[in-house]
Amino acid sequence: MTRPEDLPRDGPALQGEELHRRLSVTWGRAPGLWGWLTTVDHKEVARRYLITALAFFSFGGVLALMMRVQLATPESGLIDPDRYNQIFSMHGTTMMFLFAVPVMEAMAIYLVPLMVGTRAIAFPRLNAFSYWLYLAGGVMIWIAFILNVGPEAGWFTYVPLAGPEYSPGKRTDFWAQMVTFTEVAALAVAVELVATIVKQRAPGMSLDRMPLFVWSILVTALMVIFSMPAVALASGMLISDRLVATHFFNAAEGGSALLWQHLFWFFGHPEVYIIFLPGLGFVSQITETFCRRRVFAYPAMVAALLLTGLLAFGLWVHHMFATGLPRLGYAFYTAASMAIALPSGVQIFCWIATMWESRPRLEVPMLYVIGFIVTFVIGGITGVMVASVPLDLELHDTYFVVAHFHYTLIGGAVFPLLGALTYWFPKMTGRMMGKRMGLTGFALVFLGFHLTFMPMHFVGMMGMPRRVYTYPASMGWEGLNRLSTVGAFVLAIGLLVFAGNLALSLRRGRLAGPNPWNAASLEWAPASPPPPYNFAHIPVVGGHTPLWDDHGRLTYMSGLRVDDRELLLTTAIDATPDLREPSPTPTIWPLLAALATTGLFIWSIFDPWAVVWGSIPVAITLTLWFWPKSREPATEPVIE
Amino acid sequence: MRRLMPLLALAASGCAGVQSMTGGAGLGSRQFNTLMLAFLIVTGLAYLFVLLFLGGAFVRRRRENVGNFMRPLLIGWTAFILVGIALLTLLSFLDDRQSALAGTGQPPLKIEITANQWWWQVTYQDPMASRTLITANELHLPVGRPVEITLKASDVIHSFWVPGLAGKQDLIPGRTNHIRLLPRRIGLLRGQCAEFCGMQHAHMALDVIVEPPARFAAWYAAQLRPASRPATALAQAGQAWFLSHQCVTCHSIAGTTAGGRTGPDLTHVASRRTIAAGTLPMNPGSLAGWIANPQGPKPGNHMPTIAMSGAELSAVVAYLGSLE
Repeated sequence: MTRPEDLPRDGPALQGEELHRRLSVTWGRAPGLWGWLTTVDHKEVARRYLITALAFFSFGGVLALMMRVQLATPESGLIDPDRYNQIFSMHGTTMMFLFAVPVMEAMAIYLVPLMVGTRAIAFPRLNAFSYWLYLAGGVMIWIAFILNVGPEAGWFTYVPLAGPEYSPGKRTDFWAQMVTFTEVAALAVAVELVATIVKQRAPGMSLDRMPLFVWSILVTALMVIFSMPAVALASGMLISDRLVATHFFNAAEGGSALLWQHLFWFFGHPEVYIIFLPGLGFVSQITETFCRRRVFAYPAMVAALLLTGLLAFGLWVHHMFATGLPRLGYAFYTAASMAIALPSGVQIFCWIATMWESRPRLEVPMLYVIGFIVTFVIGGITGVMVASVPLDLELHDTYFVVAHFHYTLIGGAVFPLLGALTYWFPKMTGRMMGKRMGLTGFALVFLGFHLTFMPMHFVGMMGMPRRVYTYPASMGWEGLNRLSTVGAFVLAIGLLVFAGNLALSLRRGRLAGPNPWNAASLEWAPASPPPPYNFAHIPVVGGHTPLWDDHGRLTYMSGLRVDDRELLLTTAIDATPDLREPSPTPTIWPLLAALATTGLFIWSIFDPWAVVWGSIPVAITLTLWFWPKSREPATEPVIE
Repeated sequence: MRRLMPLLALAASGCAGVQSMTGGAGLGSRQFNTLMLAFLIVTGLAYLFVLLFLGGAFVRRRRENVGNFMRPLLIGWTAFILVGIALLTLLSFLDDRQSALAGTGQPPLKIEITANQWWWQVTYQDPMASRTLITANELHLPVGRPVEITLKASDVIHSFWVPGLAGKQDLIPGRTNHIRLLPRRIGLLRGQCAEFCGMQHAHMALDVIVEPPARFAAWYAAQLRPASRPATALAQAGQAWFLSHQCVTCHSIAGTTAGGRTGPDLTHVASRRTIAAGTLPMNPGSLAGWIANPQGPKPGNHMPTIAMSGAELSAVVAYLGSLE
């Protein structure tokens, strides 16, 4: 008779406390600082990503307030043009590269393994590595900015303005290397997420039963994989132009200034969808839970996500309508850009149809969903307008466009994110967020947002261009600008209330239990917060809403090792059990490899030879990270 | 509908200023207004539907099965979006073709504009070299005559944009772009660089004066003349100082030895409405302020501060102020 302590796998004889104890030993990490530095738990890494991204969000927000104060009065002398140009460049750079993409990655890293019912993310060490690189890149560019070497050529760094001749010094080099940092991090995360989603879904979770959030992350991750190489290429060429005097973008030597724009926007436009597709995923999950029914027309929703992902790669030229490319070719990009209205419109319809056919509970996350619909549709409408060549030639590079993309990005991504943080906060912390502060925060954020950005449509149509550090008094723009400034402060107060609610609820929030909203997806099955191993037994899924089916009783399978980190791999389409796969243990090497890589990247800003000499420590740390394990896993027969 | 549009635009933008895209002084801006109205109608209907549908979902009391109307409604909504965007795409395309053909019947006025950090060089082209005219930061156009502008950049990318006339077109180093304008109404307009071009992107404006053909011809003839000789002793002293200092390495004054080409042509500088590309109004006070400290009102621009005494400054101001 084998005692439970000796059983190598979970099963009828190994359950409950004993199983929890043994899994905690296997999947836990060392206590203290060492454990903190070496952890590869996706939930811990995600929490770091999330806190860091929210910190950068607040930094970027402070920059926005500084710009709004400057623009509240004409010919304001508050901020000099050089500083202002750095501020708006850093605002865009921070929000796009250091907040929006990483915060969505953070949510995905946390939620996807739980939602698909697995114990860990694929390539957890790469995950840890990606976080350290992202942190290093963000800290580097912010230190550079504070030392007055922040980028001043915009977040889009058009050449030749960002080239060696018109942007001397190291400012643009720091920007380009920041892109390198974040793109390595984003690519790593995208690969992990695709692998997790495709190969680690719980048995029975076939593709057509996947939660819509997981679908949105799958599409997003694939878009990252296809679009990031374009900006990697572009920023690599820019660095070469600046550092070793290549002439990729130098028209006088046969290069092309437009090449940069093509490459940048081939990445830059999908980037926008990389930011808001996860937002759409949040909206689907929240709508499902608070309407207590599946989202209407699931196949149409999935098709819409896929179509958005595909179309995203066919409309980068709508950022370049004024550059004088062949005029007839523009028609294609107009049609493709407007076509985005189709999948977006279908999704909006399906969410409202879900609400129509149910009795939606008006909790705070649901309010953010309503705010999202009301706001995002306006951004979509102005998006249809700027897709039209004759309209865009007037509207392009004015405050109308500033209004447009803040409606899509704040309305389409930040509102759902705030809803999602409220919604999943109990899962991440075990406590509920305060409802009264949540309502106050929502009201201020919603009103402040519209007060800030609605007037920008009009001031743009009155001829105010973007990226100006000031404007003359005679233009009649100051009234609307002042309104925007007031709105920006209301919005900021709303976000502070939200942040205060986060901080207070962390200590004092009501205890949540595993499934406080009575939601249907798998992440609500384990305790809140989930144990390091996520699931005591791997769940088996028989439908779209596993926690609602069969009166909330979830079916489990057993047979994974408890004394070794082991995952169940399933087939890509049907999710039938396929393989058992070991999962890596905590280690310091991802951190050391990230430090070595950081050294290489920063050194190479000052000396091209860094690429040669700096790769030696990188190679050493990577080699030790990937050193093959000598221990053979114990062989023993498995009964599936 | 065409009558309704200016009202609508006025309501939308508060007031139509010299730089408003709804101003409608040129063909492009008028087409913008009409097309924008079509877009507002189609997308406004869509938004109205979304709001009603959303509101209804929360107001509705009876929750029993409402029958199977959701699926046909989704199909109808999809069809509406498809037809709507097809219509708007078609309208945009036709509008674009129409503006490309605008005024092709008559010989256009040919102008070349070169953008620099942070000013505009304007060259009126003419087959006769003696009738080629170079000026800066100000564009005079005869009403009703098509204009074909060749766009070039000497340093970084800029964008030529006079919202009241038409949409924008970039000026890109190493490339040549073109834009056609058709001014339809007499008046004063303002354009501004629309592509971020560095430190003083905010101060790179262009005054545009649309005038009757006769007044345009008179202006053209006056601009073709070399600079007038300074009449007063003070202005003569100013000229002497100007011609003997570094001013001439950047600026040209036709009829004198000043032949620099990296800064704006000053032959008739006093006839312009503003200095420093729309930064300051043209008057002796701001001229003096500008010359004494160019980095004050427009920090980062490429005009250096040149040491001079107060007497020299007033002489130079008197001279430049005489160049009408």
